[in-house]
Amino acid sequence: MIEVRWHARGGQGGFTAARLLGIAASVFGDNYAQAFPSFGPERRGAPVLGFTRTDNKPITDHSQVYTCDYVVVLDETLMETVEVTKGLKDGGKILINTKLSPDAFKFNGNFHVITIDATKIAMEELGGPITNTAMLGAFAAVNDAIDIDSILKAIDKGMPESLRKKNKKAVEHAYKAIREVK
Amino acid sequence: MAKPQIVKFKFPGSLEEMPLGPSAAAGILTEPNAGWRVQKPVVDHKKCSHCLLCWVLCPEGVIGKENENLEIDMNYCKGCGLCAQECPKDAITMVREGEADDQ
Amino acid sequence: MINKPKSSNLDFLNGDEAVAYGAKLCRPHVIAVYPITPQTIVVERLSEFIANKLMDCEYVYVESEHSAMCAAMGASLVGARAFTATSSQGLAYMHEMLHYVSGSRFPIVMMNANRTLAAPWNIFGDQRDSLAQRDTGWIQVYVENGQEALDMIIQAYAIAENDRVYTPVMVNLDGFVNTHTYELVDVPAQHEVDEFLPPFRSKNAIDFNHPRSFCMTASTEWNTEFRYQQQQAMNHAQEVIEEVDQKFGDKFGRYYGGLVEEVRCEDAEVVLVGMGSVIGTSRIVVDKLRDMSLKVGLVKLRFYRPFPAECFKGLSPRVKAIGIIDRDISFGYEGAAASDIKAALSSSGVGPKVINFIAGIAGRDITKENIEEMYYKLFNLTQGKDEQELQFIGLRW
Repeated sequence: MIEVRWHARGGQGGFTAARLLGIAASVFGDNYAQAFPSFGPERRGAPVLGFTRTDNKPITDHSQVYTCDYVVVLDETLMETVEVTKGLKDGGKILINTKLSPDAFKFNGNFHVITIDATKIAMEELGGPITNTAMLGAFAAVNDAIDIDSILKAIDKGMPESLRKKNKKAVEHAYKAIREVK
Repeated sequence: MAKPQIVKFKFPGSLEEMPLGPSAAAGILTEPNAGWRVQKPVVDHKKCSHCLLCWVLCPEGVIGKENENLEIDMNYCKGCGLCAQECPKDAITMVREGEADDQ
Repeated sequence: MINKPKSSNLDFLNGDEAVAYGAKLCRPHVIAVYPITPQTIVVERLSEFIANKLMDCEYVYVESEHSAMCAAMGASLVGARAFTATSSQGLAYMHEMLHYVSGSRFPIVMMNANRTLAAPWNIFGDQRDSLAQRDTGWIQVYVENGQEALDMIIQAYAIAENDRVYTPVMVNLDGFVNTHTYELVDVPAQHEVDEFLPPFRSKNAIDFNHPRSFCMTASTEWNTEFRYQQQQAMNHAQEVIEEVDQKFGDKFGRYYGGLVEEVRCEDAEVVLVGMGSVIGTSRIVVDKLRDMSLKVGLVKLRFYRPFPAECFKGLSPRVKAIGIIDRDISFGYEGAAASDIKAALSSSGVGPKVINFIAGIAGRDITKENIEEMYYKLFNLTQGKDEQELQFIGLRW
């Protein structure tokens, strides 16, 4: 099973990303998936979490996600107050939306840090700093289980029509940006 | 007059005869509504002018005006005496229950 | 039970959405609902379906949950298939109407999002709300995931409207953990549901050609016989539930085991019993402990009413210790499920040792570690060690 934790602020689409990843993995992938937000009322700007679980067999676990294989941070300012690597498994990957390079981050643990300026991509493709789909594209580039095609199909299914085209461009833009670095 | 007829209620004789939930056939009267009446109205049709004041005033609506002679439904009349009181022709007399009618 | 592998009607839905789809597929004539977290998404989706003409249904805007149940009852009274949904405070608000509906024998289906009752106020999940309605004469089922939620709405009408039953059904989902968690759900095709669930032809409705009075008084001389009738209907429901489960499985490929699902209980020494989403988490722990050669089992109590006493009587001589997970507590005694289960166990003469675990209150997570700990405590009992009969799991101090 793969567990992904998404860090965002209320209103940035963190849970939408978690849910789209779930759709990509299950409806359009060969897996089962589960997605849920940190439960409770949220206000814009407050730190929120999203979770995605995927597995090649049915997921029956209904407890919270305590350890994860991937952490995705949509808003780096969160890192001032939230310990984003808590529960990230040894050797796990953390994907951060930032202009800085991976060496700038000193985490207490053996993690693989990947950075991407998703805000820049979002501003270009969407005209606003909603980085969730760009980060989805980045995720597609750094994981083995869920490919970009599934994510693009998930956007067609899970987003309103007016938003699909530009969000898919954001996904592809981020995907290529990471793949080129690799 | 379209008042419910008296139909003796048949209580369920077994579990199978119980209705589904507390319901029962409507539109029937299981016993006379007026069994406790003390006095009853008797109409002198020769004096009656068909002004229908009694029909208007009857609180129970038991006076029927369809036919030539006014009819009073004794299943429902409670013997209040309002019709006798108000009849401008004194055509209605209240008689004790059990006593013979004047007619 | 595990979902069958892929079909073409797959969607990624949360529990509330699954319920909305389930209700839509049942073609209700009337929906009367009042929104309350965490059921709101059910209400929103249904109103969208109706507004977009995807459902042909009368949506009644009511000012409270009490009115919602009244409206649903009025609808059922004229022979309409009625649906409603609520949670915690709303369920409590309609309490007297629950009695009215069941006593009048209207086959209404209601989804309940399990959420704790104030005070203290809290929107998160436990089962205190529905378990407190145990005696209202409603059939109660507790689902484990979104697929089961959708499926049980459909089965609920089949059970409720069965000639031998005519008893309303409450379908319970764990608040947030089920209602707001997205999972892969197979949404059956409308024509298949139509074949499984025929249109409602009520035996208990107004008919201008045969006028009846409904919801009447029943005197002291007759009241007991009506209650006996309700009890008989609940007894019949036990068979009907198994029949409907079988028929549903035959048609849609998903069997849930009826009143109860036993997981690896055949040779189990200790067993945990639970209701709802906690079962899903427990399955993982059972497999882990079995891999360590520990003889553990799990009982998914699906229907709380009618209560599957026979199942527990049958289990009683086979296991050494039973742990009952209650996401509730009847203050002054113990968890509701525990009381009923212990009564069934003791009536079989032989009694395994029992621990009642109070867990998952007001949304507190029941972790895999918690469940493992519960199994170890049960093993302590079998080894003659002391364990308290009632234990709060995860208490701070």
